[in-house]
Amino acid sequence: MNDLRRRLVRSPVALVSVSILGLMLLLALFAPWVSPVDPGAIDIRTRLTPPSWMDGGSSDHVLGTDNVGRDVLSRIIHGARVSLFVGVATVLLGGIFGSVLGLIAGYFRGWVETVIMRLVDIQLAFPSILLAVAIMALVGPSMMNVVIVLSIATWAPFCRVARGQTLQVCNQEYITAAEALGLRDWTIMWRHVVPNIINPLIVVASFALATNIINEASLSFLGVGVPPSTPTWGGMLGEGRNYLRIAWWVSTLPGIALMLSVYSVNMLGDWLRDVYDPRIGD
Amino acid sequence: MLKYVAKRLLMAVFILWAVATIAFALTFLSGDPATLMIGDHWTSEQIASFREAMGYDRPLLVQYGDFLAGLPQGDFGVSVRQQIPVMDLILQRFPATLELTAAALFLIVFISIPIGVLSAVKRNSLADRVAMSGALFAQSVPTFWLGIMLILVFGVWLRWLPVSGRGTFLHLLLPAITLATFSTARIARLVRSSMLDVLGQDYIRTARAKGLPNWRIYYVHALRNALIPVITLLGLEIGGLLGGALITETVFAWPGIGRLTLQAIQARDLPLVQGVITFGALVFVLVNLVVDLSYSFIDPRIRHE
Repeated sequence: MNDLRRRLVRSPVALVSVSILGLMLLLALFAPWVSPVDPGAIDIRTRLTPPSWMDGGSSDHVLGTDNVGRDVLSRIIHGARVSLFVGVATVLLGGIFGSVLGLIAGYFRGWVETVIMRLVDIQLAFPSILLAVAIMALVGPSMMNVVIVLSIATWAPFCRVARGQTLQVCNQEYITAAEALGLRDWTIMWRHVVPNIINPLIVVASFALATNIINEASLSFLGVGVPPSTPTWGGMLGEGRNYLRIAWWVSTLPGIALMLSVYSVNMLGDWLRDVYDPRIGD
Repeated sequence: MLKYVAKRLLMAVFILWAVATIAFALTFLSGDPATLMIGDHWTSEQIASFREAMGYDRPLLVQYGDFLAGLPQGDFGVSVRQQIPVMDLILQRFPATLELTAAALFLIVFISIPIGVLSAVKRNSLADRVAMSGALFAQSVPTFWLGIMLILVFGVWLRWLPVSGRGTFLHLLLPAITLATFSTARIARLVRSSMLDVLGQDYIRTARAKGLPNWRIYYVHALRNALIPVITLLGLEIGGLLGGALITETVFAWPGIGRLTLQAIQARDLPLVQGVITFGALVFVLVNLVVDLSYSFIDPRIRHE
């Protein structure tokens, strides 16, 4: 961990991404206190006000307003909450579920492995966003449903990597030694296998986080994600799209926030992969 | 080899069965499909007669059996909203999606491979760094936002290109770029790392020692060997393209399967939803089957005994 911190300080790329993500996280946590106005406050008189630096802009709404006069900046700040929460929650749920299954498959082998890996094949044979949209349309929009549906779409890559790594680790002599000592399977898995397969899984997690932030935004954009009463980046983009010709800022600015977050997560993931496995990085 | 083909075919059928079963199960996820489809504004008698007309009053196993029996003939039932067989609707829209996906694949292959090769050959140069940061950036741009930005710049501000519908080559340009961007970036990064692996091999040193020109070493000796993982990923990307088509076709009002899917989902037209999901999986499984079987032609060292 100390080593990781030392490398982090030395890498400008990683430092920038961690700073951007940290800023997003702070904005998300303190959204009610840092956003200038209530993100849901409607004011038809000031609808489609341009950002403050443009003609007709106002310093009351630095990034302008949307089609019903809601403040774009406040909505972007509140949108960070949904994006980060859904991203982290789905990666934790799907990641832990997939990794545990992969660990079991790689450790016990036999029919358990066959069944689990066929499930992975089925899951991967399916454009996950398609399935997510279909399920969401049937179960109805809610934050909880989005988290469940995207977690289901997330587990398979974790399972695959965890199994592969477990297979490698189980060939090592220290595992044979642990077995010879008569340790129980669960003890060997928890104490000796898990610590040795965790790093590649963290790398998978970083890319899954980026994917799920985009997927949540896609669901909200298509109108089947988080209910429209909650401000989300994807939802803002979807609504602003209809006003593209007269008010470009409504759908452009939340997209920049979304892209910056995803880019930071991807850069961090890339950097982590180089740190953990310099071979793949080349 | 024959045994391998048989095994892969069996696997493909198994996956299709599983996906079709999931699609079937989706119908009942929300409870009563009849109420879900025609809404709460109808009287209970009307809903009951609709349920009977659709066959939803029969035992679940009978419905499942009928559903599976229809699959080999491409019979997914009749669209509830449009009263047209689901397969006819899918086949009507398929050419548009095929056109868009083919154009995107063309862009992906002809942009990502040269960039990946160049980056590997000029490793750690300025060009390599710019190309790879650009690729990571392109991977971070959400498809729907990219589409909207392209519409804003080329359609609204510059007025160079049409922004919706299908027809001429110009109509195809923006949707194809939107759909291709993510995969292009991903494949360029893979081509680079795969090329770097191959360039370290002994046979490349031999080729150099023979005095072959560089372009021949890179594009004939190295690239061919570096393409195996790239082709695998390309096959998998087809699934991503199908999912991406859902969003791209919605943004550009492109009359393909993706837009049909979203319309089916929004209208809660369950037979159509089941049909497009199963059809999408069929295309994906077939493409990957072909990809797997093509390995031994690309690399004769791979023979499936």
